[in-house]
Amino acid sequence: MSTAPVPDIEFRGVAKRYGAVTAVSGIDLAVPPAAFVALLGPSGCGKTTCLRMIGGFEQPSEGQVLIRGKDMAGTPPYRRPVNMVFQQYALFPHLDAGDNVSYGLRQLRPRLSAREISLKAGEALAMVQLAGYGRRKIHELSGGQQQRVALARALVNKPAVLLLDEPLAALDKKLRTDMQIELQNLQRELGITFVLVTHDQEEALSMSDFVCVMNRGSIVQVGQPSEIYHEPADLFVADFVGKTNLLAGKVERRSGELVEVMLADGSVISARSRNGVASGEAVSVSLRPEALRLGASEQGTFQGIVRNRIFLGSTAEYAIEVPALGTLLATADHQLSQDLFKPGEPVAIGFAPGAPLAFSGVKENGEKQRETKNVEIVS
Amino acid sequence: MRAFIVAVFAFLYLPIALVVLFSLNAGRHASELTGFSTQWYGKALANPFLVEALKNSLFIATTSALLAAVFGTAAALGLARVNIRTRTIFDALLGAAIVVPGVVIGISTLVALVQLFAVVNPFVASIWPGSTPPRLALGYGSIVAAHGLFSMALVSMIVRTRLGSLDRNLVEASSDLYATPLTTFHSIVLPQIMPAILAGFLLAFTFSFDDFIIAFFVAGAQTTLPIYVFASIRRGITPEINAIATIVLCASVLMVVFAQLLLRKTKPSH
Ligand SMILES: Nc1ncnc2c1ncn2[C@@H]1O[C@H](COP(=O)(O)OP(=O)(O)OP(=O)(O)O)[C@@H](O)[C@H]1O
Ligand SMILES: [Mg+2]
Repeated sequence: MSTAPVPDIEFRGVAKRYGAVTAVSGIDLAVPPAAFVALLGPSGCGKTTCLRMIGGFEQPSEGQVLIRGKDMAGTPPYRRPVNMVFQQYALFPHLDAGDNVSYGLRQLRPRLSAREISLKAGEALAMVQLAGYGRRKIHELSGGQQQRVALARALVNKPAVLLLDEPLAALDKKLRTDMQIELQNLQRELGITFVLVTHDQEEALSMSDFVCVMNRGSIVQVGQPSEIYHEPADLFVADFVGKTNLLAGKVERRSGELVEVMLADGSVISARSRNGVASGEAVSVSLRPEALRLGASEQGTFQGIVRNRIFLGSTAEYAIEVPALGTLLATADHQLSQDLFKPGEPVAIGFAPGAPLAFSGVKENGEKQRETKNVEIVS
Repeated sequence: MRAFIVAVFAFLYLPIALVVLFSLNAGRHASELTGFSTQWYGKALANPFLVEALKNSLFIATTSALLAAVFGTAAALGLARVNIRTRTIFDALLGAAIVVPGVVIGISTLVALVQLFAVVNPFVASIWPGSTPPRLALGYGSIVAAHGLFSMALVSMIVRTRLGSLDRNLVEASSDLYATPLTTFHSIVLPQIMPAILAGFLLAFTFSFDDFIIAFFVAGAQTTLPIYVFASIRRGITPEINAIATIVLCASVLMVVFAQLLLRKTKPSH
């Protein structure tokens, strides 16, 4: 372990309680230097709480938070080498954009010269493509521009870690995509750790080196985006990250990593299980829409009828009703127009042998869609 | 209905309009308008008693408003930090202080001060080394204290409203950007609540400058402008009095309008 670099951020057995409410508990996490980490989870799972403990706005009730190997207990926010981009930007309305950006620089002791401050502030504004906007009042800037000022105001201080609490939530889709790319570029250029809080799984997967999935105040999985997507640790992650079909069933037999699961329609499929489910246990089998193969013949595992089709150019999405299993989502790519199935048409569904994953627990299919919608509305 | 409203406003504002009108009347008698003149303003300002009263009033209003602005703001800031129950109690008490009739405040302040003097003066006399110990008495000090105390409630209410709408994130952002709590206070919090403090100051000034009732009870031998006017009215209403009233009226209206403008500006921008 001694050769491993000191993590930029480390949580050791951290819990945070507000009175009787436990916001997070048992948090252990080490963020390597210069990483882009996403804290992903549904509303109320404790993402903001974790971020605020790094920033120093909340003190852990239990455990330690370390920044670059130093225990931060008792260190107020103004003595921590981190900066935060707040969700509502929190720009100072009585200062112009330039003075907002140079605010942190002006607090430094020994003092920087006025020339140096304005030079650095100018550079920071240029970095977020706002050169020449320094004398603008905050209310004279658009939402996206304010977002950039907030970013420049934090980055100009060259923090060890940049904290971002859902910084893109208030932007429209186009601007959000632009800012996602810009944030990634900035992180690579500056080589400092970014911790991004988001409940948008696409954003988390597309932007970060590591995703830390949280649920109900605990970390459920930490891994690279592809790992999170392809090898989810449990039913919650499989369901929360990306679209998937969940089929309830019962374990018939297991041999090593492979289990035979009997589904509601009586068919038995073979699935992989990472965290050892027992024989006879009720499980959910996750099948990603893109793992499903559609065919006209009778050779598939399931037989269904196309209920709905959304043509998306290079791919098409199908909602297929399968008797006793419910509606399955399937994504088929590179469809030539003559290969498209029409609503009402019967279709056979197959999948690659390694695709199904079994997890303990059962969750009705379709429930997830509703829940993720709620998440978006609530926050 | 419309006639009724007109009547109400006429009833409210006609006397004031008449005061202004007759302050500009050339003749001495209110019975007839004999032409336009500003002579009464000159006469009023040449009256040494009146000028003395005016100076007193200005001094008392400025001092009490300053004290109210400082302590009212401090109270508002303190109240933002206490738990919600204490805060509710204090809010209720502050609100009550503002609606208590002036007569009650006047009498109770007088009683309290007299009691206080009865205790403090003998005590000071007993420990004073010299032969003429200082004595607390009614006068400037007691008016300033009474006005300041009342206005403090006013200022802290106004500042509390503004503090309530202050974005907590701004304070955290400042702290995040390495500013110590003291720096955060004077570079972020103070600029945000300054208009409210100024508005509170102006309202406190206006209140003190115009107040007759409380001042009358605790003034002792001092004369403020309202007390002087009250005293001279017993000798009949003169155009001079009208001139003074008009000056006071204009000054008060200006201050209140300015305070309102400041308060409107303090509404959160987003
Ligand atoms: N100051 C507080 N007092 C009491 N409970 C709190 C406080 N702050 C947060 N909580 C609770 O702690 C839990 C975690 O809150 P947190 O804000 O960290 O969630 P989040 O993951 O950021 O959610 P969202 O995506 O909605 O922002 C929630 O149940 C919340 O109600
Ligand atoms: Mg949050």
